[in-house]
Amino acid sequence: MTIVWILLAVAAVAVVFFLMNKKPDDAAALPPADDKPKLPESGGGSKAKEKDKGAAEFFDRPPPKEVPKTRPQAATVKATPVALGGPSKDESSDAEAPKPVESKPPKAEKPRFVEEDFGKPMVFDPATVRKGLAKTRGGFIARLADLFRGRKEIDPSVLRDIEEILLSSDVGVKTTQVLLARLHERLERNELGDEEKVWAALREEALAILGTPGRLKLKEKPTVVLLVGVNGAGKTTTIGKLASKLQAQGKKVVLGAGDTFRAAAVQQLEVWAEREGAEIVKGKEGSDPAAVLFDAVEKAKASGADVVLCDTAGRLQTKTNLMEELAKVRRTIGKALDGAPHETLLVLDATNGQNALQQARLFMEKIELTGVVLTKLDGTAKGGVVLAIAEELKLPVRYIGIGERAEDLREFDPAEFVEALFASRDALDAGAAESAA
Amino acid sequence: MFDTLTKGFRNAKNRLAGLAELDDKNIETALREVRLSLLEADVDLGVVKSFLASVKQTALGQTVQVVAKHGDTKVKVTAGDQFVKICHDELVTRMAHEGDPIQWEDKGPTGIMMVGLQGSGKTTSCGKLARLYQKDGKKVLLVAADMQRPAAVEQLKILGGQIDVPVFNMPATPVEICQRGWEEAKKLGYDLVIFDTAGRLAVDDVLMQELEAIKGSVQPKNIFFVVDAMIGQDAVRTARTFHDRLAFGGVVMTKLDGDARGGAALSVKTITGAPVLFVGVGETTDKFEEFRADGMATRVLGMGDVVGLMKDFEGVIDQKKAEEDALRMLQGEFTSTTSSARSRPSSRWGRSTTSSTRCPASAA
Repeated sequence: MTIVWILLAVAAVAVVFFLMNKKPDDAAALPPADDKPKLPESGGGSKAKEKDKGAAEFFDRPPPKEVPKTRPQAATVKATPVALGGPSKDESSDAEAPKPVESKPPKAEKPRFVEEDFGKPMVFDPATVRKGLAKTRGGFIARLADLFRGRKEIDPSVLRDIEEILLSSDVGVKTTQVLLARLHERLERNELGDEEKVWAALREEALAILGTPGRLKLKEKPTVVLLVGVNGAGKTTTIGKLASKLQAQGKKVVLGAGDTFRAAAVQQLEVWAEREGAEIVKGKEGSDPAAVLFDAVEKAKASGADVVLCDTAGRLQTKTNLMEELAKVRRTIGKALDGAPHETLLVLDATNGQNALQQARLFMEKIELTGVVLTKLDGTAKGGVVLAIAEELKLPVRYIGIGERAEDLREFDPAEFVEALFASRDALDAGAAESAA
Repeated sequence: MFDTLTKGFRNAKNRLAGLAELDDKNIETALREVRLSLLEADVDLGVVKSFLASVKQTALGQTVQVVAKHGDTKVKVTAGDQFVKICHDELVTRMAHEGDPIQWEDKGPTGIMMVGLQGSGKTTSCGKLARLYQKDGKKVLLVAADMQRPAAVEQLKILGGQIDVPVFNMPATPVEICQRGWEEAKKLGYDLVIFDTAGRLAVDDVLMQELEAIKGSVQPKNIFFVVDAMIGQDAVRTARTFHDRLAFGGVVMTKLDGDARGGAALSVKTITGAPVLFVGVGETTDKFEEFRADGMATRVLGMGDVVGLMKDFEGVIDQKKAEEDALRMLQGEFTSTTSSARSRPSSRWGRSTTSSTRCPASAA
């Protein structure tokens, strides 16, 4: 008799758990801007699902990861009615609990259930349950409203193209998601189906992120410009080109050879100084870069120069001691002249991928950056990561480097840049047509 | 109906045994996370797609262990975690390289020509490579043929001075410099000649022709493509262009001492077939190592929490297995087939030779 009661109790608990797991993962499983109906039986069933799939490839936020450890507690939060019951997305249910989608008698699970899943008592917290209910109701009404409005979605093939272009230009997953979310906010629902409008809006959003280009300000005399960046980004070359540009404008330029580490970096800068007829201040190899640049600023003050361009040794942003050294360099320059450096430019290699964002973050953290110089844009790289940098750190791009010659350092033109970013769209279309044929 | 039922029973049975079968549904989340992680690591978009498609293909239908119990320790993982591990192992397999990284000439000096984009770290890598093989007892000559970047020759001369390796240079065209350097090396009995060439953009046809001319005149046994670990989606285009023109056989990945994930190691290998052979891990000439695929796989894949969990999991299995084997041996039951008969549902983590050092449980 007792055994029967125990069995019954166990079965009851199993059923409760079964019901709880049936609750669909709410809005959390959807991307931010994506509030389309997910009702299993919504009109045009299969097609809607197909679209989901296309969009889901990169942009669906993964369902909240609740791995086994937190299971019993998490279950309480999920105690919501089965009203909207779609299949549960919860992965943990797969290994630990009976899968509601499979027609399998829960009894088959019993032994393991008792032993492992119900070891801890379940807590029914009324507040949590109420909260859960409210969430579901909101979700339900929103879904219903969407259903009535007949929300359209971006065509999956267009979405794929957008994804292809942005990701292969190093814009990065996160910024791509941001752009798509803004696209959804911006466009009316009936415009989302219009391919041309989608592309046009995308360009505008990208432009909005890049902002208006800020030129190098040369208000002070001398204006001190500090160039920083990782190894091989093109700092010394950029300084040479910048010197040439400024000399051509009739400015008097002093070069500070602050890269005292890399073999022959000073010689490289000397070649540029000679070529452009600029003055150069240098120290011995291995000497203190802060001291060298201090001297450079002092010299510029004495000789009435307009601009001081300060070179620094390339350093990976993770080298704490070298980053500290850079902070010291910056402080020392400030001692030589109040308010200096007036501009601190991060030199970025356009071929860099997502690590460029990390570079910008860490350099920004250590020294105040005022802008970015994007070098090596004359290759096939698009440098899309500056979009991510502009979005996250609000850092404007000042110059781009598009070749070896001095005049190949250009002021940044956002419109041109965005145009180039999306230029491959035609190639994509051609490719698609080819593969279709 | 009957299918569903059998599948249901099979799943139930698996679950009791602590096993799970990988299917579309239970690897879905892991698949997406791996995809995002690889993209964040700058693996080429096309390579990510093809890699995951093929891994998924082999993974689906596999039965994997999800519960490991040994004494008081019990580690549970999900099917998704197992899938991540399968991805990791596949990354190791794809990036790994066996044998001597350098192909040696049977007779006379062996040539290594270093090519790559501007700023990728060619000159520094030349110095590092020279140091590595000089330490190995080889007679090494550096040839400075980068006449493009101001002071590149000086840089190599300074590096050569630091490591006590002679640097050959003369005022001439890069092709002539390489040719003369090569002849000198033959005459003077050098073992290894490393040619530093000018950095360039892949689209620069004139300079690419110069590289082809150098290759034609000295015919180096090795051509190494130097690539910056920070390179993004452009890696594939660049590598393909260089490979089409020069057919490089190996890759040197630089600047791995930073926090770049270096997804290009996978992309370049996939596109060109050339494996990464050496990595640069610091600015001084001694910061140069032979490439290790297992470490790189962990770095490219990221997902440290899952990787860590899987290591614990395997640690428990290893321990249990070791104890069982020991018991068998004591009971005199151990035969050569015992351990292989008890094969685990999935392969080991990384290379078996080092796996024990990476399991905290067994190290303690």
